[in-house]
Amino acid sequence: MADPMKIRATLVGDSTEVRVLMSHEMETGQRKDAAGKTVPAWFIQSVTATHNGKTVLSAQWGPAVAKNPFLSFKFKGGAKGDKVQITWTDNRGEKRTDEATIG
Amino acid sequence: MDAGRRKALKTGGGVTLATLLAAAGWLEPGSAHAQAGGWNKAAFDAKTLDEAVKAMGGGAATPSNAITFVSTPDIAENGAVVPIGVLSSIPNTRSIAILIEKNPSLLAASFDIPPGTEAVVSTRVKMGQSSMVYALVNADGKVHVASKEVKVTLGGCGG
Repeated sequence: MADPMKIRATLVGDSTEVRVLMSHEMETGQRKDAAGKTVPAWFIQSVTATHNGKTVLSAQWGPAVAKNPFLSFKFKGGAKGDKVQITWTDNRGEKRTDEATIG
Repeated sequence: MDAGRRKALKTGGGVTLATLLAAAGWLEPGSAHAQAGGWNKAAFDAKTLDEAVKAMGGGAATPSNAITFVSTPDIAENGAVVPIGVLSSIPNTRSIAILIEKNPSLLAASFDIPPGTEAVVSTRVKMGQSSMVYALVNADGKVHVASKEVKVTLGGCGG
């Protein structure tokens, strides 16, 4: 099972800056292992961020996103103490959801 | 749409621009991208310019100065981790996509920006070699594009 994400959500003026560090191999499907076999692709396909049940960002990713992906974005309407939830789904169907409190 | 693409190809005069115009197609509402909120396999699968053109349909992208790359290096030492940030000052930006011209699949990531979210995203991508990086922005159904060359010292694909 994947490790938890590191999420930091900070209120800057009237907008909330969210920074996420996910733990994922992001295997491209291009690499070969020592035996010459292609390593199957394994990467995060979609990411959704919600704040109070409202989607504030959704993303579709390809294997070109770097290993242990980093993502940052800003949205308006957040307040201190609110929760921001991030969910990712990879191409094997694995999911992980983590949340952070806006500080 | 087909005729539009042909026109785009003609005016583009080059493979690069043609790809961009085609790539822009998927950003349009009602294209495959918008369907069922699913992963747009065709767009991500495109391995060559021709495939990308087919998979993404037509469209017309206009170059824009209102899109800027933030925290994006001119020279990336390690192609496995290249920070790319895109800031769009175009009103009503609905989505931002990052494409890398010389990667095996052009499309690296796309972001949907709902109202209330600022049109600035940054992430880190892999780059196989020095290449142009394109930022496509869809605002009010119109597609805008900006590009930047990023030189890579050590490739991040394969190996």
